Amino acid sequence: MAYSEKVIEHYNNPRNVGQLDKSSTEVGTGLVGAPECGDVMRLQIRVNPETQIIEEAKFKTFGCGSAIASSSLATEWVKGKTVEQALEIKNTEIVKELALPPVKIHCSVLAEDAIRAAIGDWKKKNNVAETAEAVAH
Amino acid sequence: MSKIESNVAVPAGVQLPIYMDNHATSQLDPRVLEAMMPYFTTKFGNAASRNHSFGWEAEQGVETAREQIASLIGATAKEIIFTSGATESNNLALKGVAEMYRERGNHIITQVTEHKAVLDTCKRLEKQGFRVTYLPVKADGLIDMEDLKRAMDDKTILVSIMWANNEIGVLQPIAEIGKLCHERGVLFHTDAVQAVGKVPVNVIADNVDLLSLSGHKIYGPKGVGALYVRRRNPRVQVAAQIDGGGHERGMRSGTLNVPGIVGLGKACEIAQQEMAAEAKQLAHLRDRLKAKLESELDYIHVNGSMEHHLPGNLNMSFVYVEGESLLMGIHEIAVSSGSACTSATLEPSYVLKALGLGDDVAHSSIRFGIGRYNTEAEIDYTAAKVIDVVKKLRELSPLYEMVKDGIDLSKIEWAAH
Repeated sequence: MAYSEKVIEHYNNPRNVGQLDKSSTEVGTGLVGAPECGDVMRLQIRVNPETQIIEEAKFKTFGCGSAIASSSLATEWVKGKTVEQALEIKNTEIVKELALPPVKIHCSVLAEDAIRAAIGDWKKKNNVAETAEAVAH
Repeated sequence: MSKIESNVAVPAGVQLPIYMDNHATSQLDPRVLEAMMPYFTTKFGNAASRNHSFGWEAEQGVETAREQIASLIGATAKEIIFTSGATESNNLALKGVAEMYRERGNHIITQVTEHKAVLDTCKRLEKQGFRVTYLPVKADGLIDMEDLKRAMDDKTILVSIMWANNEIGVLQPIAEIGKLCHERGVLFHTDAVQAVGKVPVNVIADNVDLLSLSGHKIYGPKGVGALYVRRRNPRVQVAAQIDGGGHERGMRSGTLNVPGIVGLGKACEIAQQEMAAEAKQLAHLRDRLKAKLESELDYIHVNGSMEHHLPGNLNMSFVYVEGESLLMGIHEIAVSSGSACTSATLEPSYVLKALGLGDDVAHSSIRFGIGRYNTEAEIDYTAAKVIDVVKKLRELSPLYEMVKDGIDLSKIEWAAH
């Protein structure tokens, strides 16, 4: 399969790889996917408690090049957004940006899930009511 | 975080891309091409034309090839039936025997790690009322002879077990299976596509009744293969699956692919002369690659018995790294993966799963198929590149990090999607 240039670029130079302190109340962690399915993403955000702006995002992904690119892109996109703005990121936007073929759409879905799971974890830690949309599926 | 894009130096004499997928197909040997050329141009006759020199010339080329193939597998020329390739040979063997021996019984035995050309043919026969037993394999990829004995009954007409597996390279106990089949009066077919020309094959010593082989796996042309059909002790008959002019003793009609057949013959002749030395060299390269990978990487393992193994095959799992992402990192080295992402079905390799490997480990496997034209420098570069990319991808892998932190991955409730 031929990869788009953007997928190759993110794969070769993944952004924001690493981890944040899971125990911090400012940090939300989302771990989605399963090893049996061939992809696992861990996406973490650090939220400024005053502004609710995501100031830092880190990821690690086990998966194909498209999964790595989708999660790398997701960390770029959530940074600088408020929690509520980040929840508006749709997998279809990731598909478009990375020119993912139909067989790789699930990678973008997983990245969206990872964002929601990380935000959900942060909200739970900080007793913020979950919006209906943010329920992880 | 370092870039995944690696900067492993390409040694002198190595040209990229490197082809190391010789179980899929192989590069045509120039000596084979040279033998074929006249049959595309001046010697273009139809081998079935009996009344002029053009036909005789073509027929001469075909009969020489028949001798060369027969010689490589310990058969006689008259026992070689030309086909379009091993898929057709497997279809003809299974369907042809099933149809011809239906009065005698309706039971066929095969195994779960066969190529789809055998498995899907068996599925079709099941729809036509045949019973098929699919033997499991042990963790090393070999069948258990006791399973085979137990599976046989008075309705069993055919056993079809491949000689060498195309993914994991394991060699089944063909001589033992053949002996058992002959004692029980059951016909024995083997798909020997990966074995012929790579390891010694002798249909008499190993009691094989039908054997499929192909040109393009042995540095010959694509689109040509053969089926060996035993003529004595016992005399085996197969019902034709393609009707027409009655070529190939009525078992396979259709004008013969003369250049292809001449090429297949030449490829067999070369294999016979060079196999012993070549097998040694391939095993040396394979072992070198394996040793280098094992010296630098943890959590890797070989799939399939190394004791009963094709010399040029190495199938390894690089746990906690997904196979397709690894292929992407080593994209200038042509290998293949058991990862679902590389298949049309999104299912990981059924062969690896049959060994008892979890889907997660099957997703992490790479098949190296080392062949005639690979060099030691290519092996060294491949090893360095794989090591580099696996290490980088593991820096990116949450699973590897968790395992290193002492977390038991099996205890985590994964949100399967």
